[in-house]
Amino acid sequence: MSAAGHHRYVSADRRVREDRRFVAGKGQFVADVELPNMKHVAVIACPHAAARIKSIDKRAALKMPGVHYVLDGAELAAATHPLMTGLDTPHVPRRPLAFETARYSGEWVAAVVADSRALAEDAAEAIEVDYEPLPFVLDAEQALEKGSPLVHEAHGSNVLLDKTFVWGEVDKDFAASPRKLKLRVKWGRSSTVPIETFGVVVAWDPWREMLDVHASIQMPRYADQIGAALKIPSSSVRVHYDVGGSYGVKRGIKHTVLCGYLARRLGFPMRLIEDRLDNMRGGDAHGPERLFDVEVAFDNSSIVRSMKMRALENLGAYAGRSPFQLGKPIGAIVGPYKIKSVQYRAIAVVTNKTTQDAVRGFGQGPTNLALERCMDEIAHVLGLDPLEVRRRNLIRHDEFPYLIPSGTTYDSGNYETVIDKVVAGSGYDELKKERDRLRREGKLAGIGIAACLEPSGGNATFEALLNPAITTSTFMDSCRINVDGLGAITATMHTTSSGQGHETLVGTVIGEVLELDPDTVRVVRPDSLNSLPSGTPVGSRMAIMLGGAAFHAAQKLRAKLTAIAAHDLGIPFERAVYKHAEVHDRDAPANRRTWAELVGIAHRNYHRMPEGFEPGLAVEHVYQVPTGGTLPDKDGRVQMYPCFSFEFHLLLLSIDSDLGETKILRYRLGHDCGTQINPKIVRGMTMGGIAHGIGAALYEEFAYNDDGQLIAQTFMDYLLPSSHEVPPVDIVDHETPSPHTVLGQKGSGESGYLGAPAAIANAVNDAIRPLGISINTLPIKVAKLGDLIAAAQERK
Amino acid sequence: MLAADEGARVIAGGQTLVPMMVMRLARPTRLIDINRIAALSYIRGDGDGIAIGATTRQCVVERDALIATKVPLLARAIPNIGHAATRARGTIGGSLANADPAAESALVAITLDAVLSYRAAGKTADIPAREFFIGPMTTSLPTGACLTGVRFPVWQGEKIGVGFHEVNARRSDFAFVSAAAQLELGADGTCKRIAIGVGAATDFPLRLDSAEQHLAGTKLDAKTVDAAVREALADIETLADLHASADYRRRAAVSLAKRAVADALADAQGSKPHAH
Amino acid sequence: MRIELHVNGTLHEIDVEPRTTLLDCLRDVLGLKGAHAGCEHGVCGACTVLFDGAAVRSCLMFAAQAAGSAITTIEGVTPGPGELSPIQDAFCETHGMQCGYCTPGMILVAHALLADNPEPTREDIVEAISGNICRCTGYAQIVEAIALAAERLRGVNRPRSLSK
Repeated sequence: MSAAGHHRYVSADRRVREDRRFVAGKGQFVADVELPNMKHVAVIACPHAAARIKSIDKRAALKMPGVHYVLDGAELAAATHPLMTGLDTPHVPRRPLAFETARYSGEWVAAVVADSRALAEDAAEAIEVDYEPLPFVLDAEQALEKGSPLVHEAHGSNVLLDKTFVWGEVDKDFAASPRKLKLRVKWGRSSTVPIETFGVVVAWDPWREMLDVHASIQMPRYADQIGAALKIPSSSVRVHYDVGGSYGVKRGIKHTVLCGYLARRLGFPMRLIEDRLDNMRGGDAHGPERLFDVEVAFDNSSIVRSMKMRALENLGAYAGRSPFQLGKPIGAIVGPYKIKSVQYRAIAVVTNKTTQDAVRGFGQGPTNLALERCMDEIAHVLGLDPLEVRRRNLIRHDEFPYLIPSGTTYDSGNYETVIDKVVAGSGYDELKKERDRLRREGKLAGIGIAACLEPSGGNATFEALLNPAITTSTFMDSCRINVDGLGAITATMHTTSSGQGHETLVGTVIGEVLELDPDTVRVVRPDSLNSLPSGTPVGSRMAIMLGGAAFHAAQKLRAKLTAIAAHDLGIPFERAVYKHAEVHDRDAPANRRTWAELVGIAHRNYHRMPEGFEPGLAVEHVYQVPTGGTLPDKDGRVQMYPCFSFEFHLLLLSIDSDLGETKILRYRLGHDCGTQINPKIVRGMTMGGIAHGIGAALYEEFAYNDDGQLIAQTFMDYLLPSSHEVPPVDIVDHETPSPHTVLGQKGSGESGYLGAPAAIANAVNDAIRPLGISINTLPIKVAKLGDLIAAAQERK
Repeated sequence: MLAADEGARVIAGGQTLVPMMVMRLARPTRLIDINRIAALSYIRGDGDGIAIGATTRQCVVERDALIATKVPLLARAIPNIGHAATRARGTIGGSLANADPAAESALVAITLDAVLSYRAAGKTADIPAREFFIGPMTTSLPTGACLTGVRFPVWQGEKIGVGFHEVNARRSDFAFVSAAAQLELGADGTCKRIAIGVGAATDFPLRLDSAEQHLAGTKLDAKTVDAAVREALADIETLADLHASADYRRRAAVSLAKRAVADALADAQGSKPHAH
Repeated sequence: MRIELHVNGTLHEIDVEPRTTLLDCLRDVLGLKGAHAGCEHGVCGACTVLFDGAAVRSCLMFAAQAAGSAITTIEGVTPGPGELSPIQDAFCETHGMQCGYCTPGMILVAHALLADNPEPTREDIVEAISGNICRCTGYAQIVEAIALAAERLRGVNRPRSLSK
């Protein structure tokens, strides 16, 4: 293999092999799956924010054509266990169908099975549910108050989590700092909203006792959870993966348990594909809705010494893994800055809104917003340039590895160089001139920056931080390689993909190690029972973990080939040189064994194999997360993720002061994710992340009215950025390799999304600051901003 | 057929009706597809106006040379309707009959005093635009009637100019507020005649009659326009929803009406309109 | 009801309910899975097909209404098994997709655009795809794919002596 930093295939601009099938419309998505005798499921949703379910009358529905069954919450609750939760909250059970009480508008209360989806929906309309509406609460702060309606009576309060961590001498540092600043920042309820909704097709084979699940899924421990809920062994659950986009949210446990139960009960395969309305209000795929109260302590030259942060999360009516989104940001709680001490209080409350699930970044995006708004406000208060304030506080490249107060060590970084590249030449000054010119023309214009980290590699130690009963200290991934009797290479990867190009990743890494064309490496994806363990694509981990597993497996194969050759050549192992898929004697290069010859020996000529070797050429590797293997200490300090990518956003926007319309005029991004295994994939991820971030910052909101109804239920009201809303972005790359990973790669699955909302919020605030106003709630919608500006102008 | 079955509805482009049916908000028992009635699809001169058949596709109106020269305000407004894919199917008649408060077609119809024709019980009849739109999604079409066409008057004159603006969250969304203006300048540069309409702010598009009266005969300087528009819109009762407050719509109506007039003025004078 | 649909050059005689949309008909009756359901209310464009050459939303049309027009799906612009058209190839070259769900719609829009306008500006391309939502790519590599396809198609059937 070539020297570090000079790769033949890694970092080369190669095509993504998965694209071929997608451009022909031949991707296999779950809605494409057709099983014989498949039946269709439609769900009935509760229209009230909270209600007791008094009765469900199925009679009319059951008489309708093509209808096979109507399932209610009572029957399902008697036959299944509640879904797994992350926190220890036994009085907050979560079920696919509401049992006795429905707790949000849109919650599923019954399901119909019919010969077609249209017939199922016809029958769903004929089901009469008698509800008794109950008091409800929508706002997280109200949910904290004494006397608030309780979403789950038996739990006794609406608080599922309230944990405070103190790392370092916070009080002392605050006392010693001449300046303090308080800020309240709100990240509005939005989500990643993939164009493909969640879907599942489930079949039960009673003879093999096998539940076959085809699902649009992206989550760890999926099969485990289905098995647990349905009271069948996890090895009776076989998952086949087909996914459109996901970005975290495709968790679908309730859909799968529902259909799994129905498949077992009725003896037919069951198909549930959410339509968009099902998805928006009842799919449980909302993202964080987080209120931050931050206080920072700093000196007159803007050096931030300490920070107190209270994060209040509005979970919605139930919780699975979603509260952990308060824990993951702990691993980068100070961002890229040398803040010495931190107090962090994480509170998660239930309200009568749709349930959340994991969203790209798992809480890092909202936390970065809060941090970066503070940094800009510090600059304003001191009359300093916001970029200068960042520079003064950044961890310097020679200070890595850098231990932050919460116990995580950042692996590597060169933040100042990335920033230098972005503002290269007179870039930043040019922007300021343009901003000032726009202002002279009477327009509102602002520059926004954000310097953010993307923790990558995954590692679920936040679970142990927030729920001490959990003692997981690994988050592994795996790869198997087999070379067949004719010399063809097949590698397996053991999880889903939703557009990340993992097959290309695996082929590239294996090709690099084995010094052969990645396109000759077949990559397949077996079902879950044929798979080795995988943590699934979460936490921006796959380049690191799947890449690592593939690398090590390929190294094992290379070593085995070398050993077979050495033995057959009669030379010591140390003299055998593997090069370009052949092995030769270092001292007599003409003596060699070709790939074909080595395959022949391994598969057929066992008498020529080294003693004790297994025949054939099959290897595998299960890879532990680098820096993993520890649990939190008594102060809640722990190593979270292994690697930290960095992004620096710089943008200029203008605001029409009459209308409140924002327009991003210039956007430049510096991105450092270490070694890029495939540049096309990385760039695509970053641009997609920026688009998501623009949506979260300016357009997207799951808005509720005072009756607890979700009023943004369709794409007419939940506004996704189109090509008009995403400006061209100039991306500048830098590569600071990670010392922990096989190729120096870090993750980039969440890039762009983690910093764009912060940069946009900062730019808007810079623009409206001359009017004496600020805005710290996302999304910053057109009319809302217009009203804010008008009110300020009236006051003048 | 429409009269015979109370649950029957006409379908043309379907760009609005079909989503409502898919979401089970509209439940016609029967759909009468008028897409293939050739006689309803036309663009032609009609006396001193241009007549457009009800099932004429919006994309056809968008590209039509006659419309571009004779009804420039419509040509300016049409690209703002939805997306190219919806204009490929959506019809001018469908948009008018649907009467969404934010419909660009309705705004232009009201601004230019278009006349809509319909057919019911074997007879045809006309309704002026101002009497056609009577509420949000509500027209004065009699039950069982089918819109057959719309006729836009053509302004004759040397210096005609048009302006159109709308504000929305994303470029092709339903407008929160829209404004349209058409004017004719005399040889000396004074305004001979002006029509100003505001859409999406209220239940149906408005004409700024008092502003039109005040501005005729003036040079349309910014101050005069500002005063006239403000006065005309002073008491309007604007809509409020998840996208924009009533106050916002009121303020934006003033701002956009002014911009539309300014653009129309520049257009009539032969210069390019301002970007927005 | 019995209807005749002209899809990808083939006439199909099929039986559908009046309320079956063209999208559901293409997918469930004709087995053409390339058109996708993303919202079923006409906003996302994942269901895009060509209708007499124009890009339309197949979720907003009843199958019964589509009789008599030439419908083209992604399967219809794919030259053959395992073969890619210049537009499809351009999308692979720039990686103008990730999960692939919106991709057939984007490619068909590209077809319609380039048939009408062989030299689109960046603004023309952005406007053309503005009715198709992508949640993965942020559009940059899609716009580049269409620009690349336009450039390559302009070079087709062009004598070498005229190529720059």
